[in-house]
Amino acid sequence: MNTIILKTASKYLLPLLLLFSVFILLRGHYLPGGGFVGGLVAAIAFVLHAFANGLPETQRLMRIHPGFLMPVGLAIAFLSGIFPMLFDLPFMTGMWKKDPIPVIGSLGSALFFDIGVYLVVIGSSLTILFTISETK
Amino acid sequence: MQLSGLIITLIFTFISLFILALALPSARVNSRRSALSFLVPFSAFCVFAFATPSTEQVISLWESNSLPFNISFKYDGLAKLFSLLITGIGTLIFLYASAYMKNTKYTQRLLSFLLLFMGAMLGVVLSDNLLVLFLFWELTSISSFFLIGFKNEDDASQKSALQALSITGLGGLAMLGGFILIGEMAQTYSISQMLSHTDLILEHPWFVPALLLILLGAFTKSAQFPFHFWLPGAMKAPTPVSAYLHSATMVKAGVYLLARLNPIFSQSELWFILLTSFGGLTMLYAAFQSLYKTDMKAILAYTTVSALGVMVFLIGMGGEQAIVAVSLFILVHALYKAAFFMLAGTIDHETGTRDIRKLSGLGKSLPILFGIGMLAAWSNGGIPPSIGFVGKDLIYESTLNFQKFSYAPYILTAISWLTNSMLFAAGLLVGYLPFRKSSAPSHPDVHKPSLMLWLPPALLATMGIVFGVFPILVEGSIVNPVATAIAGVSIKTHLVLWHGFNTVLYISLATLSAGLILYLFFQKKTPNWVTVAEKYGPRQALHGIANSFISFSAWFTKTMQNGKLRLYLLVILSVLGSLLGYVVLRETTFVIDPQKLSEITIYEGITVGILITSIFLTLFSGSRLAAVAAMGVVGYTLCIIFVFYSAPDLAMTQFTIDTLTVILFVLVLYRLPRFIRLDFSPRHILDGVVAIGIGALMSIISLEVLHRSPVREISDFYAMNSYLLAKGKNVVNVILVDFRGADTLIEIVVLSIAAIGVYSLLKLRLRKNEKME
Repeated sequence: MNTIILKTASKYLLPLLLLFSVFILLRGHYLPGGGFVGGLVAAIAFVLHAFANGLPETQRLMRIHPGFLMPVGLAIAFLSGIFPMLFDLPFMTGMWKKDPIPVIGSLGSALFFDIGVYLVVIGSSLTILFTISETK
Repeated sequence: MQLSGLIITLIFTFISLFILALALPSARVNSRRSALSFLVPFSAFCVFAFATPSTEQVISLWESNSLPFNISFKYDGLAKLFSLLITGIGTLIFLYASAYMKNTKYTQRLLSFLLLFMGAMLGVVLSDNLLVLFLFWELTSISSFFLIGFKNEDDASQKSALQALSITGLGGLAMLGGFILIGEMAQTYSISQMLSHTDLILEHPWFVPALLLILLGAFTKSAQFPFHFWLPGAMKAPTPVSAYLHSATMVKAGVYLLARLNPIFSQSELWFILLTSFGGLTMLYAAFQSLYKTDMKAILAYTTVSALGVMVFLIGMGGEQAIVAVSLFILVHALYKAAFFMLAGTIDHETGTRDIRKLSGLGKSLPILFGIGMLAAWSNGGIPPSIGFVGKDLIYESTLNFQKFSYAPYILTAISWLTNSMLFAAGLLVGYLPFRKSSAPSHPDVHKPSLMLWLPPALLATMGIVFGVFPILVEGSIVNPVATAIAGVSIKTHLVLWHGFNTVLYISLATLSAGLILYLFFQKKTPNWVTVAEKYGPRQALHGIANSFISFSAWFTKTMQNGKLRLYLLVILSVLGSLLGYVVLRETTFVIDPQKLSEITIYEGITVGILITSIFLTLFSGSRLAAVAAMGVVGYTLCIIFVFYSAPDLAMTQFTIDTLTVILFVLVLYRLPRFIRLDFSPRHILDGVVAIGIGALMSIISLEVLHRSPVREISDFYAMNSYLLAKGKNVVNVILVDFRGADTLIEIVVLSIAAIGVYSLLKLRLRKNEKME
């Protein structure tokens, strides 16, 4: 799709949507949202950009292959589960910092787990979409 | 040595073994320098030799409250003997292998696999926790797979490596089951703590299955009949590997386990019956088989199986004398068998053959090897003054004094006598026959082996004699602590070479003469019926089972997974539909209470109208693009319905997912075959029936949920606790990341696998010659 409107819009929409996806991710613990939806929104942001500017442009923008986000996300999620075991608590026990941090809210192992989910969702959905649209 | 010192050494040994194992193949060192790697096992050997074993102390490295997986070690007599064998013989094997593999590629790779194996084996014999032991146990199976299949371009090597791995692996799996059972019975996975809960285990209803599973693991590893055949098959490995794995270490892991668990199980009658019968059968059968072989390594392999049978047999018999006998025999066997294997390897290295029919008169050209062969055969046959003689005496003493059932002494002594005679004859076939004086020596001007090709076996063979003359050397340091560890009670025995003229001596003499007669008879070769009988052994049975399993799987996969998505959907939905339908039709009352239904608002009416229209559009549209768009509309209207009924989370997710689905569809649209409108065929009608049926069922279930008094415990729990326990107000998200976090973790793993699957299916296309069909 080669329209100037979409191209221009996507330039501004991409950062906005990404910001929005992080917002959804962070608010997930108190209000509707979470890593899964956030990840999907971020994926859609990139897909929109790819539609407007072509896949190579988006890939150049991303610098890394989206597939790399999957192991990173899995590692973060898994480590957040392992972390309590250092304190001799069972795997995936929720651990929280006492005082909430501004903007982010209360910081806990569940948040890192959600970040892992977020990354895996972006990575896998973009891998699937990019691979399919690349294949001739 | 202090305990803390031992801990440090243990950690150091493990880490350096594993690091070296990983580093060696990549390091650019020449073979001369890689020979220096023998220093690793040698330094470990020195530490183990000077460390004092203790039956009490358990060295704990890491403990966890939430897992039964405490990494703890115990260094008692039994562990000491095995550690010394593993590192001591390991040192010699390293020297030997560096010389043996000198001009071959990948020497470093072999040494690194050997190190990996050595570390795993030390882990097995030192672990005090059953689960940790199992971990190392599997590691020995895997590293021995690499070692057996070392000549990885050779078809036979590959096959025998796979055979060894599958048999020991299957046994290991059974053993894990057994370990978990007895761990649950005793409420602990620590072996030393289990010893104080023996009665708890013995009287438990799970005792018999647990025992059988563990024995399956031990018997497969230690090559007991009918699982013995992997061991002779594993002779495809380079000879240093065979000498190490199949004389002193890997195959003895099963024996080690039996010895280790003996204090727990020895009270059981079943333990006695199974061990003595399987051990007895194996030692006779394998000793007999060994006489017919012509390859030196094959003879040695079968005598090893037979010797393992003897050990299992002795552990099963129990009693002080048998335990002392087995403690000594483990050492004796390791010494002479490793020497024999290395001898066979050196002969092979110098002459190019191991076939005893093609070797003769080597005594003149290779006198040193002749000497080694004779010394090893002495110890093997139990001729005084070798340590083998002391060991054999102990075996006969224990069988003669065994009083568990009538005629027991006669039967057991006869079995042992027969086995020992055959083993002696087999020993002569390897240690004497190739060197025997001959009018036409097969290799008169053979190249003399280099130092490291004869020194290690010479050392081992000489030790067999030195220990025999001075049994005091091994009595207090090895045999007594080992016997104490195996029996579970303190044993102090005195080993002597010469008992005077008594029954035992006469039986020993009878053994030697019978062995000589057998040797003279069998040096002229194999009768036909043996080769025929070999065609119907347990190996063939196993291969038959494996092959038919493979063809069954191929048939099943071709039928059930034919690559057509619509068949998969049809099967899944019809199975689900019929199961659900059965339950629903049996239990549903079909009462709809209009009072409980909420009123239909105008927005809902419109939304449902759009929904139905777009469903029809999807089904009957003339273009694929329109159908895809209509599908998207179906999804979006569902989102709106979710919003009406206050499920914003669901609506959000559904919305994004539907967007992505439509995009996906549009992307693959170009690659689909041309859209053809078909008339209604029976297949379509079937699809329609299944779809409508499933839809109807789901509607009935939804209505039924309204009708029944709902179970609220679970949702109440989450609503109550999500803020208290997990500090979150959004219950849905708290469930996802906290309460059911493990599920989510697995789900994202699945998601990644799916993405990798798509990527590899589309990107990594096979080259033409790699395609199967």
